[in-house]
Amino acid sequence: MSFDTPDDRRYMESHEWALEDDGVVRVGITDFAQDELGDVVFVELPDEGDALEQEAEFGVIESIKAVSDLYAPVSGEVVSINEELFDAPELVNEDPFGDGWMLEIDADDTDELEELLSAAEYEDQIA
Amino acid sequence: MTLSKPPLWEHHGDRGAKFTEFGGWDMPVEFDSIQTEHAAVRDDAGIFDVSHMGQIHVTGPDATELMQRLTSNDVTRLEVGDSQYAVITDEAGVIVDDTVVYRLPDEDGEPTYLFVPNAGTDEAAHERWIGHRNEWGLEATIDNRTDEYAMVAVQGPNAPDLVEEAADGSVTDLGRFEATYATIDGVECWTARTGYTGEDGFELLFPWAEAERLWTALDCQPCGLGARDTLRLEAGFVLAGQDFDYESNPRTPYEAGIGFTVALDTEFVGRDALAAVDDEGVDEQLVGFQLIDRGVPRHGYDITNTDGRVIGTVTSGTMSPTLEQSIGLGYVPVEYADPGTTLQVVVRGRSKKARVETTPFIDTV
Repeated sequence: MSFDTPDDRRYMESHEWALEDDGVVRVGITDFAQDELGDVVFVELPDEGDALEQEAEFGVIESIKAVSDLYAPVSGEVVSINEELFDAPELVNEDPFGDGWMLEIDADDTDELEELLSAAEYEDQIA
Repeated sequence: MTLSKPPLWEHHGDRGAKFTEFGGWDMPVEFDSIQTEHAAVRDDAGIFDVSHMGQIHVTGPDATELMQRLTSNDVTRLEVGDSQYAVITDEAGVIVDDTVVYRLPDEDGEPTYLFVPNAGTDEAAHERWIGHRNEWGLEATIDNRTDEYAMVAVQGPNAPDLVEEAADGSVTDLGRFEATYATIDGVECWTARTGYTGEDGFELLFPWAEAERLWTALDCQPCGLGARDTLRLEAGFVLAGQDFDYESNPRTPYEAGIGFTVALDTEFVGRDALAAVDDEGVDEQLVGFQLIDRGVPRHGYDITNTDGRVIGTVTSGTMSPTLEQSIGLGYVPVEYADPGTTLQVVVRGRSKKARVETTPFIDTV
């Protein structure tokens, strides 16, 4: 089975992706991760305005068969969360890199992204 | 340890199944998605490979007595083609396993039974039967046929028609828990109107070598153990090894909510202990509950009262695909067991409000 791994963004070993645009980093989980979890039924996210540290837990994702913590790829302030996921958690399965995004962080330092995996490195990890 | 593989293992792999270890077997857990498979069984039909279940064949002049003394239900009520749900208990009345006992047609003029213990427990059951047969000096032949029989379940409102179309003669005249030998797509199957989903349907037992032929003939949504679990939980059916476990969570059938399997007017191992429990009542019992707050309860989570004191443990939990509500089973002291009682389930460190519900959680056949 092969999974999408778009090369426009960075990845964490814990299967989150980070897509930066003008200092704001959008975060979600990968196609591989959503497939491993199966049917996502519930996503718990922080509030806007919360401060996150890189690699700190920011939320929880529950599927029918498993539960997993979510980790922040960069430090910064939560400026937006995807409230659509509260009513439609299946968006994470259907479009993990698009409509299934989870939150946006105003990054303290976008250089932190350099510490994350490239698409090629992440593909090696899940191969 | 090497995992046993069901006869359709490669076929499932080609179909894109994900696998999981269950009872020493490498079984398909998911073919498409649990929700898709679950919905197919509730609305249409789905097929499960349950070849990991054990099959023990018992025949001989004393077969009925042996079965009667080792299972909790009243085997003498079974005529050929009947089946019953029962538990196997120890002297203390603690559940060792649960099982379905089928009365097969007599063989060589002797009463003959097939019982289906859970995955990975067939060898222990086989030894238990042989040990007691010898101890009691009974005449019966006991065969472990787990590796000879494949077993599939076809379940859902349209499952009976699907099996009927593939059968020579009629199988839909069988009532619930009735069974017969029937030829299905040319394969002789022990065809039972039983299941573990709360839906109508059949369970078919047949020679291992015919598995692919039969699976292909009964063309409907393939379902894995993931959907099997959500379906049985909505139906309020307990799962051995999870809702009770001889080692880690020893329970009597009364505690586990399956006291209806106990025929106290018969003589079986554990009968006297269970009569005492029936007399005195239980301290704890398995209840169904629904989470009111958001979250998903899972095996091992604490149950507390509204003061936050731990009073029990979740044994099974899921997000119910049918109800779109989080549901679960767990043991609580009897004073908390009435439907409507408010409890809390500790989900990853946070207390979530829950309410005791009657089971099954859904309408079942």
